[in-house]
Amino acid sequence: MGQLVQIRDMSFAREQRILFDNLNLDIAQGKITAILGPSGIGKTTLLKLIGGQLTPSSGDILFSGESVCRAKRAQLYQMRRKMGLLFQSGALFPELTVFENVAFPLREHTQLTEPVLQTLVRMKLESVGLRGAEQLMATELSGGMGRRVALARATALDPELMMYDEPFAGQDPISMGVLLKLIRDLNQSLGLTSIVVSHDVTEVLEIADYVYVLADKTIIAQGTADGIKSNQDPRLVQFINGLPNGPVPFHYPASDFLKDLAAQ
Amino acid sequence: MINQIQRIGERSINFVTRLGVAGLMLVNALFSQPNWKFLRLVGLQVYNLGVLSLPIILVAGLFIGMVLGLQGYNVLVSYGAEQSLGTMVALSLLRELGPVVTALLFAGRAGSALTAEVGLMKATEQISSMEMMAVDPFKRIIAPRFWAGVLSMPVLAFMFSMIAIWGGSFVGVDWKGIDSGGFWSVMQASVDIHQDIFYGFIKSTVFAFVIVWVALYNGYYAKPSSAGISEATTRTVVNASLMVLALDFILTILMYG
Amino acid sequence: MTEKKLHLAVGSFVLAGCFALVLLVVQVAGFSFTQDQGSYTLKAKFDNIGGLKVRSPVKLGGVVVGRVEAISLDAKSYTPVVTLRMDQQYGFYPETSSLSILTAGLLGEQFIGLRPGFMDDDIELLGEGDFIDDTKSALVLEDLIGQFLFSIQDNSKE
Ligand SMILES: Nc1ncnc2c1ncn2[C@@H]1O[C@H](COP(=O)(O)OP(=O)(O)OP(=O)(O)O)[C@@H](O)[C@H]1O
Ligand SMILES: [Mg+2]
Repeated sequence: MGQLVQIRDMSFAREQRILFDNLNLDIAQGKITAILGPSGIGKTTLLKLIGGQLTPSSGDILFSGESVCRAKRAQLYQMRRKMGLLFQSGALFPELTVFENVAFPLREHTQLTEPVLQTLVRMKLESVGLRGAEQLMATELSGGMGRRVALARATALDPELMMYDEPFAGQDPISMGVLLKLIRDLNQSLGLTSIVVSHDVTEVLEIADYVYVLADKTIIAQGTADGIKSNQDPRLVQFINGLPNGPVPFHYPASDFLKDLAAQ
Repeated sequence: MINQIQRIGERSINFVTRLGVAGLMLVNALFSQPNWKFLRLVGLQVYNLGVLSLPIILVAGLFIGMVLGLQGYNVLVSYGAEQSLGTMVALSLLRELGPVVTALLFAGRAGSALTAEVGLMKATEQISSMEMMAVDPFKRIIAPRFWAGVLSMPVLAFMFSMIAIWGGSFVGVDWKGIDSGGFWSVMQASVDIHQDIFYGFIKSTVFAFVIVWVALYNGYYAKPSSAGISEATTRTVVNASLMVLALDFILTILMYG
Repeated sequence: MTEKKLHLAVGSFVLAGCFALVLLVVQVAGFSFTQDQGSYTLKAKFDNIGGLKVRSPVKLGGVVVGRVEAISLDAKSYTPVVTLRMDQQYGFYPETSSLSILTAGLLGEQFIGLRPGFMDDDIELLGEGDFIDDTKSALVLEDLIGQFLFSIQDNSKE
């Protein structure tokens, strides 16, 4: 099985702050790959880099063997047709209904007749349990519902690569179970390649075929879910078990708080 | 000293970059191939920018026309030249006030709305998500708004001039009692289709171009925060209005020497 | 906002715009859609054209029968040459016709008054590009005042 996404020696900085330093990372075709890491480490940024919305300062990112970073505008849009990204914020169109939100990519890229389109949209909404909400405006949804609609929209065109940025945030245990199953089903029935970014470590490890753990500008651990669980790296143990104190800093880099206070 | 030179350098580089980006945006908007879907989007924006601006344009036009009629009458009557009121009202409206006042109102009413809308779309990642759905926001968001603005403005300017001239005739003829035949025929003798109506049309098209461009640029590159968007909206109105006034001066020189 | 309402609104907007344009052209600029019957040019030399401008009207008994098309200066004789574009629908004028530059009111615009001359068998009609010889120049206010003062002096001598 080949690699759908290959990241080669990629570095990226955001306003002086280096987020990635010579990162190498592969996403296997047809598999679910989980990316874990503390908040603010650059997971969302990584997904946007793969989607070509940001350009790395050096190195390269390949999508099915083609460079995303050096692609012309038209080429890039061609590649993006094969990608889906569930935004951390959902990013629904507030002036459209739930139905129209999900129908948006279909209307833009296909010439489906109205009845076919309706069936398709309802199927997508049914799979996230929101068919009954199709006439609500996007602004009338709760946070969790909004993300499920966004998920339905991102998968509307059945992309080859599906990237989920925090799909479980704000979901109750039942919808979380449904979403987990949905991600696995999409992956198995359609052969989608999936990248899941999440903080719900135990749930993600259940469905992931391969796991990367990011910290300190690079990958600190990788392997199968079981391999990660049994890894004894203290940073990993702290992260997976959610311990406040350990080698991974909880704080955004800053000078010592006590010293700051004393200086005042 | 060196610091200041550095700052000037930084500013000029930023300025040139901005110009480049704005130019790129314009080119993308201008050269997107039209199809039915696109025309539908343009239609929707003509509604938002044109139809919804109509009330303010018509009301403002009526009042400006009436004021022009009254002031003009008071001045002209002391020279016994009140017959020329029609000419004065029509020429000042068609050549200057129609295009310029419409443009200023359009910048305030439609330009600010455009900036805020696009800026908020950007801030709430709607534009990002569109990009990731392989929908080019320049073609889907920017271009229809651009064309709709350029189409709507001259239409608004015509309506403004028309209703203002009517307002002037209302004051001059119906109130002050200038002979209606004289009012209109003197006007007709001195208003020229090419010199006055067509040049006015050119002016309003150029103004529309500038306003929409400034508004969309400011919206698209607004800082993604409440303050950023409000700042961008203000900048749109201020910059667009000043540019309209300056351009009006230049165009007037070119047209009427 | 349903599709139909949107189309209706945008359609009315565009139509209203066209209507305003037509109204401007017809009512304000006085454009008539009746067939343009063509035109021809006449020329005339004046000693002084005063405040005459391009597009000033040529009137016959108060009716506009043409407009000033160009104003130039004959380099040899140093006299202004005015080219007039005459509407063909009012016909042609005998070569004995005369032109004078008049002023509408005391401070009004200047225009050319056309007085048709008498017709006789051996008198031809003016055609394209012909010169009208009998012209009277504009009254210049300063000259007028000068003449007036002069005549007062004359009177007082008597
Ligand atoms: N638009 C931006 N401009 C500048 N810096 C940014 C911007 N967006 C994010 N950053 C910075 O980049 C870093 C990584 O952000 P990112 O959103 O990728 O984190 P993340 O790993 O997704 O975190 P989380 O798990 O909380 O979503 C953060 O430190 C953030 O401060
Ligand atoms: Mg994130």
